[in-house]
Amino acid sequence: MFEEVGTTEQGDLIINVGPQHPSTHGVLHLIITLNGETIKNVEPHLGYIHRSIEKMCESLTYRQFIYVTSRMDYLSSHINNHGCALCVEKGLVVEIPPRAKVIRVLMDELTRLASHQLWWGAMAMDVGALTPFFHAFREREAINDIMEETCGARLTMNYMVPGGVMFDLHPNFQSKVKDFIALFKSKIDEYDELVTSNIIFKNRMKNIGYLSNENAVSFGCTGPTARGSGVSCDIRKLYPYEIYAQLDFREITETGGDCFSRYLVRLQEMRQSLYIIEQLIDNIPEGDFQAKTKAVIKLPKGEFYSRVETARGEFGVYIVSEGGMTPYRIKFRSPGFSNLSALNHMAKGHKIGDLVAIMGSLDLVIPDIDR
Amino acid sequence: MHNETLKSMLVELVPLAVFEEGSEWPTIMIEPASWKSLALLLTTTPALQFDFLFCLTCVDWKTHLGMVFHITSTLHRHTVVVKAKLNRDHPEIDTVSDIWKTAEFHEREVYDLFGVKFLKHPDLRRLFLTDDYVGWPLRKDFEDAVNMIKL
Amino acid sequence: MFSLENITSSINAWLYSAFHPTVALVIEFLIIGLCAITLFALLGLVLVLMERKVSAYMQIRMGPNRVGPGGMLQTVADTLKLAMKEGLTPDGADRFLFNLAPYVVMIIAMLILAPIAFAKGFQIWDINIGVLYVSAISSLSVIGILMAGWASNNKYSLLGAMRSGAQIVSYELSAGLSIISMVVLTGSLQISEIISSQQNGWWILKGHIPAVISFAIFMIAVTAETNRAPFDLAEAESELTAGFHTEYSGMKFALFFLAEYVNVFIVCAIGATLFFGGWMPFHIGNWTAFNHIMDYIPSSVWFMAKTFLLIFLIMWFRWTFPRLRIDQLLHLEWKFLLPISLFNLLLTTLVAIMGWHF
Repeated sequence: MFEEVGTTEQGDLIINVGPQHPSTHGVLHLIITLNGETIKNVEPHLGYIHRSIEKMCESLTYRQFIYVTSRMDYLSSHINNHGCALCVEKGLVVEIPPRAKVIRVLMDELTRLASHQLWWGAMAMDVGALTPFFHAFREREAINDIMEETCGARLTMNYMVPGGVMFDLHPNFQSKVKDFIALFKSKIDEYDELVTSNIIFKNRMKNIGYLSNENAVSFGCTGPTARGSGVSCDIRKLYPYEIYAQLDFREITETGGDCFSRYLVRLQEMRQSLYIIEQLIDNIPEGDFQAKTKAVIKLPKGEFYSRVETARGEFGVYIVSEGGMTPYRIKFRSPGFSNLSALNHMAKGHKIGDLVAIMGSLDLVIPDIDR
Repeated sequence: MHNETLKSMLVELVPLAVFEEGSEWPTIMIEPASWKSLALLLTTTPALQFDFLFCLTCVDWKTHLGMVFHITSTLHRHTVVVKAKLNRDHPEIDTVSDIWKTAEFHEREVYDLFGVKFLKHPDLRRLFLTDDYVGWPLRKDFEDAVNMIKL
Repeated sequence: MFSLENITSSINAWLYSAFHPTVALVIEFLIIGLCAITLFALLGLVLVLMERKVSAYMQIRMGPNRVGPGGMLQTVADTLKLAMKEGLTPDGADRFLFNLAPYVVMIIAMLILAPIAFAKGFQIWDINIGVLYVSAISSLSVIGILMAGWASNNKYSLLGAMRSGAQIVSYELSAGLSIISMVVLTGSLQISEIISSQQNGWWILKGHIPAVISFAIFMIAVTAETNRAPFDLAEAESELTAGFHTEYSGMKFALFFLAEYVNVFIVCAIGATLFFGGWMPFHIGNWTAFNHIMDYIPSSVWFMAKTFLLIFLIMWFRWTFPRLRIDQLLHLEWKFLLPISLFNLLLTTLVAIMGWHF
């Protein structure tokens, strides 16, 4: 009585996951081919939130375009801004005051923490545990409050400007961050107890979505996704920017290559970020928070490329300048886009429930993929 | 590896290479037809091992389209930029998606926004825009009266 | 002492003295039907509110606190909203089965209510195969779910229904076996006899380790049978959006929702009856004074307290654990729970034959 809609010749079921689906965290659209519960193919369809930010930036000045980039990877908007500011500074050749450098790194690490916290909650929610999401938000709220006080916004901070940061730190900043450190140190152990050591969670994550070292490199994966496969790719270590070279922190790598390794990498990165913040919070040098730059920035003719480590991986900004007030062409190399391309490879042969876990472990932010 | 040594190695490998100055990394200008063979050389030569294509994009220069490939090596930690000039009316270049798997998505993106045809690409379709869309939005002569805001 | 038994027997006596026995029987049927429906509505309201408050407590939130005192009327408002919504039937759905499915699920949930003893002498039907009846009827609810999933003409629904089929069919084995091990100890399938056998102590205390094992297996199996997290694969929000009831809206959805909670209540009531003595107060051997004090608490309160404690346990599961994957779910049943419960049945039989229990 029904026509057979959406099946292939072999009788496989074709299902649209998204663009509206609880676990795609946005408007990602996947077309999956199923044999029973087993996934045969995953085909991402992108573009539901493509705003062509690269084209928009071509008509914005070097001061303006930085703020649009907050809207790409909104969870690590600070680090996006940072990458763009670094690229413009490369063209301008300005010396950044030490205070601005420390503030930038502090903000970056706070952003990374906030992003990983959200990911941790969402990851647990993807595999069916709803409670950790609220626990993650409790701590994330503290970071957002700190951000709000200093930057004036909670999500898209727009705090970085070419030459430094926009305002000086709020007087409460140091004490609030110290409170947060004390709070989070106890809570992160709670994270481990509640989720990491849960036997169901381990079974759901281990040996799922295997990505080998070679494939991680070939698919262009970066960030925790690649580091979970044992690829050393932390830009903060390999190509240090700002003051990362003088800081003491570890690059976390795991060799498992499965969802659980990626999970562990992110969880340990939270501890490392916390450690970086601890080192810096009492050592913010006095001085200017911004270098003197001209009101109208013009970059010399040429090409500039800067890379920073966001919470998701390597974020690259490629500016082609013709010497004018606006970039001639700008390209954002977003980490999520490359990480997503490995999804089909990872999900093949697993079950539907695993697809959700794999997507969670990739930490996809759709506006970052679509730009 | 230092840029200069890398450059001399590249000259050895590709005697006819034209280098462009003024960038932070060695930049090779090549003909589109020789791209595939160069890419294979870059990945397979043991001293180079460029295994990580971290950025693939295109620039519309109004007279021609310029493909830009940023490639690095996760083993030797050196980076090279490869550029190719394409005919603006019939932009065509070989795909490298069989060498670097990440290129499959990046090439689809460039095809979608610039209209560059990647020959022998396994699945060259529009990525962001709908399949029946006409026009290449990131080209400089693209006009959209409704959605574009200009300064 | 307050007793429901007196009320029911006096009503019964009055009806039979005032009317012809047939008419009296019909009136009794009507009263019972009315009571069952009222109980259903009340249970739905209370349990949904309880779930939301429990989850809020676990998630460091407030939970509903706007409608009525302390948010007590929140579920009433939600039900009103659902009642006023349009009940859509999707194109291409099998209209008859699609509309029938929620009622099937609901009616089956109502049927299981019959042999449950809510208080001393307060039972709709004390059938002599009570426990068997319960496990037989409760396995029927899979038909309603399969019906809903198939008739929706939606792939998510179909997948959810198929999962649910596999899940319920396998887990009722363990649930059944753990019930049987208690029956072995009691020597009867009749609910009233099972309860009276626990006069001198509940089976979970008297039955040694086998009883504890079968209680643990019973709780796991019934959580799976009622499609609750961590076994909520039939709904699996993050995978299948809403599983078998994806296409349902309005009151038809509410019926599924209600049936889920009523099922939770029923399985917990069965669990309380088998392992915690149903309405039987907490008695310790020969401590007559203590036992007398316990007897002063009405039997209905005992029953409800035990049942709600078990319901809280099931809610606690839901808000703590991640979901299992479908193959892990079946592995758990066929490779662990079923062998263990079979072995446990042997052990229980041994205990019963040797008379090792108290």
